[in-house]
Amino acid sequence: MTSLPATTDKKLGLVIDLDTCVGCQACVTNCKEWNTGGLMAPLTDLKSYGAEADGVWFNRVHTYEVTGHEACGASASRTMHFPRSCLHCETPECVTVCPTGASYKRTTDGIVLVNEDLCIGCKLCSWACPYGAREFDVFEGVMKKCTLCVDRIYNENLAEEDRVPACVLTCPTSARHFGDLGDPNSDVSKLVASRGGVDLMPELGYKPTNKYLPPRARKDSAAARPTPELKPITADGFLGWVDKLLSR
Amino acid sequence: MNPALSVIFFTTASGAGYGMLVTLGLYAAVGRLPNDLWFALTAMVVSLGLITAGLLSSTFHLGHPERAWRAFSQWRTSWLSREGIMAIATYVPALLFGLAWAFPTYVPLPQSLLGILSAVFALGTIYTTAMIYRSLKPIHQWHNKHVVPSYLMLGVMTGAMLVLALTTLFGERTAFLTPVCGILFAAGLTVKWLYWSFIDTSAGASTPTSAVGLSGPNVKVTSVEWPHTEANYVLKEMGFQVARKHAARLRHVAIWAGFLLPAVALEASILLPAMAPLLLMPATVLMAIGIIAERWLFFAQAKHTVTLYYGSSSA
Amino acid sequence: MAFTAPLENDGVNTSPHVADEVKTTTCYMCACRCGIKVHLQNGQVRYIQGNRDHPVNKGILCGKGAAGIMQHYSPARLRKPLKRVGERGASEYAEIEWDEALSIATGWLSNIRATDPKKLAFFTGRDQSQSLTGWWANQFGTPNYAAHGGFCSVNMATAGIYTIGGSFWEFGEPDWDHTKYFMMFGVAEDHDSNPIKIGLGKLKARGAKFVSVNPAQTGYSAIADEWVGLRPGTDGLFVMAIIHELLQSGSVDLDYLVRYTNAPWLVIQAPGTADDGMIARDPQGNPLCWDQKTKTPINALLAEVAPVLRGNFDVNGKRAVPAFELMAQRYLDNAYAPDAVAERCGIPAATIKRIAAEVAHVAFQQQIELPIAWTDWAGRKHDKIIGRPVAMHAMRGISAHTNGFHTCRAIHLLQMLLGSVDVPGGFRYKPPYPRPIPPGPKPAGKKGATPNQPLGGMPLGFVTAPEDLLLDGQGKPIRIDKAYSWDHPIASHGLMHMVISNAVNGDPYPIDTLFMYMANMAWNSSMNTRGTIDMLTAKNTDGSYKIPHIIYSDAYFSETVAYADLILPDTTYLERWDCISLLDRPISDADAAGDAIRQPVIAPDRDVRAFQTVLLDLGARLKLPGMVDEDGDPKFPGGYPDYIVNHERAPGIGPLAGWRGDGTAQGHGAPNAAQLDNYIENGCFWRGEIPHDARYMKMANASYLAWSKQMGFIPKAEQIVLQIYSEPLQKFRNAARGHGPVQPPDKDRARIETYFDPLPMWYAPFEEAAIDPQQFPLHALTQRPMHHYHSWGSQNAWLRQITSQNRLFMNRTTATAQNIADDDWVWITSHAGRVKAQVRLVDGVNKDTVWTWNAIGKRKGSWALNPNAPESTRAFLLNHVISERLPNSQQSNSDPITGQAAWFDVRVRVERAADHEQNDAGHNFGALYPPPGVTTGPDVLQYGAQFSEAAE
Ligand SMILES: Nc1nc2c(c(=O)[nH]1)N[C@H]1C(S)=C(S)[C@@H](COP(=O)(O)OP(=O)(O)OC[C@H]3O[C@@H](n4cnc5c(=O)[nH]c(N)nc54)[C@H](O)[C@@H]3O)O[C@H]1N2
Ligand SMILES: Nc1nc2c(c(=O)[nH]1)N[C@H]1C(S)=C(S)[C@@H](COP(=O)(O)OP(=O)(O)OC[C@H]3O[C@@H](n4cnc5c(=O)[nH]c(N)nc54)[C@H](O)[C@@H]3O)O[C@H]1N2
Ligand code: SF4
Ligand code: SF4
Ligand code: SF4
Ligand code: SF4
Ligand code: SF4
Ligand SMILES: [Mo]
Repeated sequence: MTSLPATTDKKLGLVIDLDTCVGCQACVTNCKEWNTGGLMAPLTDLKSYGAEADGVWFNRVHTYEVTGHEACGASASRTMHFPRSCLHCETPECVTVCPTGASYKRTTDGIVLVNEDLCIGCKLCSWACPYGAREFDVFEGVMKKCTLCVDRIYNENLAEEDRVPACVLTCPTSARHFGDLGDPNSDVSKLVASRGGVDLMPELGYKPTNKYLPPRARKDSAAARPTPELKPITADGFLGWVDKLLSR
Repeated sequence: MNPALSVIFFTTASGAGYGMLVTLGLYAAVGRLPNDLWFALTAMVVSLGLITAGLLSSTFHLGHPERAWRAFSQWRTSWLSREGIMAIATYVPALLFGLAWAFPTYVPLPQSLLGILSAVFALGTIYTTAMIYRSLKPIHQWHNKHVVPSYLMLGVMTGAMLVLALTTLFGERTAFLTPVCGILFAAGLTVKWLYWSFIDTSAGASTPTSAVGLSGPNVKVTSVEWPHTEANYVLKEMGFQVARKHAARLRHVAIWAGFLLPAVALEASILLPAMAPLLLMPATVLMAIGIIAERWLFFAQAKHTVTLYYGSSSA
Repeated sequence: MAFTAPLENDGVNTSPHVADEVKTTTCYMCACRCGIKVHLQNGQVRYIQGNRDHPVNKGILCGKGAAGIMQHYSPARLRKPLKRVGERGASEYAEIEWDEALSIATGWLSNIRATDPKKLAFFTGRDQSQSLTGWWANQFGTPNYAAHGGFCSVNMATAGIYTIGGSFWEFGEPDWDHTKYFMMFGVAEDHDSNPIKIGLGKLKARGAKFVSVNPAQTGYSAIADEWVGLRPGTDGLFVMAIIHELLQSGSVDLDYLVRYTNAPWLVIQAPGTADDGMIARDPQGNPLCWDQKTKTPINALLAEVAPVLRGNFDVNGKRAVPAFELMAQRYLDNAYAPDAVAERCGIPAATIKRIAAEVAHVAFQQQIELPIAWTDWAGRKHDKIIGRPVAMHAMRGISAHTNGFHTCRAIHLLQMLLGSVDVPGGFRYKPPYPRPIPPGPKPAGKKGATPNQPLGGMPLGFVTAPEDLLLDGQGKPIRIDKAYSWDHPIASHGLMHMVISNAVNGDPYPIDTLFMYMANMAWNSSMNTRGTIDMLTAKNTDGSYKIPHIIYSDAYFSETVAYADLILPDTTYLERWDCISLLDRPISDADAAGDAIRQPVIAPDRDVRAFQTVLLDLGARLKLPGMVDEDGDPKFPGGYPDYIVNHERAPGIGPLAGWRGDGTAQGHGAPNAAQLDNYIENGCFWRGEIPHDARYMKMANASYLAWSKQMGFIPKAEQIVLQIYSEPLQKFRNAARGHGPVQPPDKDRARIETYFDPLPMWYAPFEEAAIDPQQFPLHALTQRPMHHYHSWGSQNAWLRQITSQNRLFMNRTTATAQNIADDDWVWITSHAGRVKAQVRLVDGVNKDTVWTWNAIGKRKGSWALNPNAPESTRAFLLNHVISERLPNSQQSNSDPITGQAAWFDVRVRVERAADHEQNDAGHNFGALYPPPGVTTGPDVLQYGAQFSEAAE
């Protein structure tokens, strides 16, 4: 059903820390290996060993250079890695445009999913997603997307601490966080509050659930990190300051 | 956006087919439909043929055409669903109208009422098609007030021109339709012109900085590396780029072939009625070429916000 | 806390079956040694997950590790032993049986062993079995053995081991939990990649300052709080300028220096004599210091002395000065002032001064104290440990330059001055380090090679003086790579990059068989790729190859496979036993010693064998000592796992330290038949914690030293005194000045005298000094992509989708001045050659530097890729412009002390390619063709589909 739930019980989602992400692609391949055997399996790869290789992925990491932002500090620019996946928006038009009901937003946890058995592969939902989060499986003729690892986060066959999205489980720098953004007291909500987490393209009104923590200001100038200057000691002549009673 | 031929063909062909329905329906409403079996059959076959061919072609780009029937279910939210329903629904008045017109003795139904109904449904279908594009917020070139008028105008314009061409072929030309077509060409070009000047002078609200959630007066974001070195689905589908020069040239083709030359031919056919068939046939073909170019541009010049992630400076 | 599945009723199975079986093992998508849990369904890999209990990765996986499935099922896997049937490089192979392969190898090798064992050059690449391979070479009797360390990071290892008795690389780590100021020099990824990422995450969460010194602002540097984008090869100057500032302001930890370093040791000043620059010693050989209380020279190793750090003393009639003063005099010189070095470094003097001030401030004003009671080497008890929370880490950005050894020593000197070695918040050793400086043993093979005899020790070791060099009667190198010769005296890891070139030139001598394992020497691990390929195929006038036999073990169809005569196909990392041993490169962390195993989690579906098992089999066929029993039967009939459990290097010491003897012994103990089972039960690793009071100040902590001795890491529980002044270096310098029994030939005297400076020095990288900077104005670097491992990654259907073309990254301003626009194709030209690349303009790179991702370019046809794959049409390999010799010279392009390959010294110019060349990389290497059984992978890959069906 492509009508959106008025509210959802929870707002499960990710918080991604752009100040910490080193662009290692771990979340990217871990997502791939989990999901290619998961709910949306397989994530088909085409021309896998040839020119123009192209496959279905749910998570992609870009690299940018940013100028004119406090995060650059004294440098002209700052390199910023930027992971991009489905934001499980609160009012996602990728769902409402779907003619078949294949796309839907869950009322319990807010996860946006595609039911592959209903999907006719019209691709409209991918047009409606501003974030490029949906990827069409050309070979299977259906739309695929990040499931927020719905087949992990509640999975009773996994140890409790492993019941998080694959990308979060693996992130070496802990730049990815998972939780209920609808609960103001959750760790993720507090993190977003304390770090000024933001929405991507808020102007479009999709109200993403996932939040991004912008890179913090660099501490690379005297102003940003005041430290007393080092003053030469000249009083006691050459190395005079060394002459004190030292013991081994 | 990738100008997929199936979709271009669908929107132009069906648009023209629905436009013909509108024209014929209104003709019927004012009671001036020629009572000629062959003309009626031909006009209805061309109109419904274009509609059907377009619809079929649109299913070609589906991953699972065999499930197309599922598309009727989500009319509450989905313009695509609504379009599907409208498209199918339109067949009902249109077929009845066609039968009533072609075989008035066997099918004694009110032609004018059915004509009006057909016209309304046809316009409604074009409207739903247009709304599919109009409603997509990530695509500034579609998500604007010019899109619906353009689709409606161009559908009716191309349909009317086709009807005019047919009446000419069948010798059923009326003095009435030619000037109407002239007016439609002027109006079509106007709405299209307004559309083009709108997209030429405005950009979407989203920017490379808002795409990554940064803000500040001097912030600039430049793409250094993509997540993949070869093109992927998102880029192939939504990252299509048309060279500025190429676009300008095609726009000229659209303006001249789609509007100006056909309009000149119309003028000429009024002045030289004997030459009308000779003038209007090539004019129709020219128009088709022009409108296909226009529609190609409608896709090719549409920039999706996802391109902001791939280094585009605006969308 | 996990969420419970809500009642959504959408038909989604939120608890699908994941695995029939989960097996632990150790990842080998790179050398970082992370623990993994392999989830298997129907005997296929469903999912690879990091092992949460594992000390290295603590549950996380990097981008490569999570793509292991595609590596394991790679279409490029070799399937059966191969024999070359055409010319080398012509891609004509015949499949043969293992028996035939092993007989061929045994034939060649037994002949060599019976005549001149050094005619076998056995070199291994990226493997983790160097304690086995080195031992095998020893038993075979050839000195010509090394692993890849010589072209990798021997500068880091050697400078560290000779200075602080431990090193960066993966043998030490910052105290991630306590440091407040972290400086990282020249690191893109490292062998400790996951621990570094985990650590950086901790710093970020705590808000500690992270400074990255690196010409390129990528990866880790991107998240640094300060990016110091200096000019390559100038780190030494940068660090020495910081030292200058610290010394000038008295911001050094004198207490630490006198207690833990040789700063107070007296250095004889007697120019022209053999004693000059040597440490003044008492008759027992103990170093002397000047005691302030008694005003006499006293054994500097005693606890109860009050050493001075400055002055001029008469010691037995000779003038002597504390090492500290010599050091301070050097760096207080204005030549090392920030203003003097700023321009060469490309860093403003004010920045250097500020960083020095910040470092000093954190070290001395923000010191931390951990309430850990400990006892020092002299038995004195302390109730706390003082931490100077400044930590440093450095790797190949320092290492891969001809001045890397000294630069690395300079960084260690800076650490010592701050008192931040093995203190809370500083750099911490991982066992088995610290070890005595220099540690034993010395390299074996001084007598050369004797037919049918073992070498008598491990081929690689640590020299202490010219007398330890491996020179023949004429003073010529004994080793084929000229390690431990006057060319590269302290070449602790050998010089793999020179083997092929030297062998083909017959300098020092020709060889019979080149035996390689896991090293893609015909492509990305050779400097001068084109030249190396020519050398591998070079022939004598009689038509025979200059290197008569090449045996190679690879698991995949790499470029080098095409140049081998006999190919021994290996298993993948999920198919074999392995041992990540304390004798080699263990998984220790600063709080524990550790080692690990790999167990087969999947049975091979091809006729391949684990190389280590093959090596033991070959050894048995050759009847090598230790590999056969008294009856001449194989000693390890069970192959490598048999060896792992039962081999003893010394009584009670074997490849694995855990669960020895009756299963409770650690470190020492008799072989335990159940040892591998014990490992498997524990997740395939062992971690033996260091006692709590022994985790810091390890070089001087009585408890640690005793533990380390008991574990067999050090011979005696004696303090390890850190060396700001390096006497072994001075010994070489004195030899060059005409003293001692072993002296360099005249042509090498000046070079040895200059570079064997006992204090860290800086000089321009050799290539920079040899070329015309107008002609080659730019430095060219490579960096490891975090998601690719050298040449392995491209066969991986997932990893190659992320990167299958590498760009040349160029500073926007520099490029624009040359009319080079983004996406242009350019020629990169060095003194050695040229290669074409497509540029990407960026701001975040030093303006005099260009760089690219390492090892993305592939030879057409290799790796089971389609010949039109971007890897061989648009990607490129920077190695094509890097030379193994210095410009117009026969001298190798290596550090003069260690022989470290100077990959990052290369200087280039970059010019826009002509209009008609603006399309692709235009490689003119011919295509390679896959051996029998190897075919290009499928076009459509739907890995995983089988599991969803099973799940339904
Ligand atoms: N330009 C430039 N060149 C460099 C460097 C640089 O920084 N810049 N770095 C240098 C350094 S530090 C290094 S260490 C070298 C590394 O260079 P190489 O040692 O050549 O490393 P790889 O390409 O990873 O792999 C070597 C071979 O091991 C094979 N292999 C993989 N897995 C297995 C296995 O399980 N068994 C067997 N038998 N073989 C296997 C691979 O197929 C490959 O052919 O590159 C060096 N080259
Ligand atoms: N993902 C991945 N991990 C790997 C490998 C891999 O291939 N892929 N290879 C493994 C191997 S064999 C090795 S040896 C290690 C090496 O690990 P790293 O030491 O991280 O090696 P590089 O990627 O060569 O990175 C060298 C860094 O030094 C910088 N640099 C170059 N010259 C200078 C200089 O003069 N000064 C400073 N300050 N910086 C400089 C470069 O910009 C680059 O960032 O990585 C290991 N880990
Ligand atoms: S990110 Fe895109 S796909 Fe995901 S919910 Fe939002 S609009 Fe839909
Ligand atoms: S592609 Fe599938 S999920 Fe997307 S809108 Fe069409 S039917 Fe719905
Ligand atoms: S939540 Fe799961 S599906 Fe979504 S990006 Fe992360 S790993 Fe991929
Ligand atoms: S795993 Fe973490 S650090 Fe690596 S790219 Fe993803 S978010 Fe960034
Ligand atoms: S760093 Fe990555 S590839 Fe290397 S061992 Fe660890 S998980 Fe495997
Ligand atoms: Mo290396």
